[in-house]
Amino acid sequence: MNVLGIETSCDETSAAVVSDGRTILSNIVASQADLHALYGGVVPEVASRKHVENMIPTLQEALKTAHLSYQDIHAIAVTNRPGLLGALLIGVSAAKALAYVLKIPVICVNHLEGHVYSNILTEPSLTDAFPILILLVSGGHTQIIRMNGQGIYSIIGKTRDDAAGEAFDKGARLMGLPYPGGPNVDRLASSGNAKAVRFPRANLGDTLDFSFSGLKTSIRTFTAKDQGATRMEDVAASFQAAIVDVLVEKLKTAAERSGITTICIAGGVAANTGLQKAMRIMAINQGLRLVIPPIELCTDNAAMIAAAGYYRLQNNLADTLDFDTLANSPLG
Amino acid sequence: MLPPASDIQLRFPDLEATTQFGLMLGDMLKSGDVIALNGDLGAGKTTLTQAIANGMGIIGDVTSPTFTLIQEYPGTIPMFHIDPYRLTDPADAYDLGLEDYFDRDGVVVIEWAAKIYEYLPMDMLVISIELPELTSNDEVRTLTMRGIGDRYIELVKSICMRYPEMCVMVTRAIDEF
Repeated sequence: MNVLGIETSCDETSAAVVSDGRTILSNIVASQADLHALYGGVVPEVASRKHVENMIPTLQEALKTAHLSYQDIHAIAVTNRPGLLGALLIGVSAAKALAYVLKIPVICVNHLEGHVYSNILTEPSLTDAFPILILLVSGGHTQIIRMNGQGIYSIIGKTRDDAAGEAFDKGARLMGLPYPGGPNVDRLASSGNAKAVRFPRANLGDTLDFSFSGLKTSIRTFTAKDQGATRMEDVAASFQAAIVDVLVEKLKTAAERSGITTICIAGGVAANTGLQKAMRIMAINQGLRLVIPPIELCTDNAAMIAAAGYYRLQNNLADTLDFDTLANSPLG
Repeated sequence: MLPPASDIQLRFPDLEATTQFGLMLGDMLKSGDVIALNGDLGAGKTTLTQAIANGMGIIGDVTSPTFTLIQEYPGTIPMFHIDPYRLTDPADAYDLGLEDYFDRDGVVVIEWAAKIYEYLPMDMLVISIELPELTSNDEVRTLTMRGIGDRYIELVKSICMRYPEMCVMVTRAIDEF
């Protein structure tokens, strides 16, 4: 079964075709594909109504790459929540129109559930491993999700202020590093001493919640006092460790408390090599199975939406054409 | 009596005092109000917004909208929390559908408001949050407020009456906000 996935919840216009929930036939992200040269489409830097201009070329490219036509698609999965209403509406309208014309089922997917399924797309055998824990870390979200089965979630920890990806980007800016901050910090940190500067870790007592807002003040105070005396690599490594340590520690605690032995990471920050390394060490020490998706499935993409939609359809959770878009919608 | 063009300044000694102010302000707001926040990274714009939301009766965490751009919080009076930090061109505010939010029932709070002034309504409460000198207590915050339009001039007066001993009147150019 070929599911066409559509994702327009934030910055990326993406379309993908996934076969049987596990084989990616195409996964096109407008900002990455050279659509401008191909179709004269506009690639926006931030989420906007410009999704309109990218939607059709992105869909066409997804089918072309998969060597399929619309007639070969059996169902459509689309992100309808949470996100920017104006942005979501473009993907949802395209999905509904296609489903209506092609007379095939349409399934609406929670964007956060999509990130969860990036792990199942990477390791289909995870569907036999429930319950599992997923640390979702991106620019807009930071949470620990407990997945008890297909479509059954509870959020057991989340950020109370800034997301981890945002902390990376804003910290990088305060250090004077160029955009995008996260990858630049990661690159510098790889050759730095993480113990050079002691930045604070917010543990928030006994909870599995996160807080990264205070790190900004620490970086600001440090850079103003330090005046460039400490090597940039060491500052970056120390700053990265302040985020990574908390993420690893909270996921470790979540696994200990729940007795769950399969852990996953997802979202754009999951591509951070420092986080991946620290997670691998923790997983080995704790005897846990760890799944990390490849980078193209960590960042926002439609393949994960197609996979989530496929499994919802297997569980008879297809939607009727009147489903709505929602700005705010937690999992679970 | 405050002349209409004057601004007030309040200096809060710690996070708790700033939070108390936010709670009080939130309680004074009504549907249709627009609050514009300015201040450097780490000044406490999101923290103040959290307190304003709680003061409006919205329960739960208010997380930074930097990446999501707009977050909506349902409530008796809903809150729309907007953050144009990532916008590179003020015209992106149009593509974002920003103007739709000013017509909806609820309170709109905008961080990094100075980036998109031309897309904001004429009347609003502008709050600038200043960080302390690096040598002093890093929890101190100075809030300078300007009410633009009748509703917000009244709001500034009411705030002033709640803090009679702390309120300092200042005169600054609008472009400093």
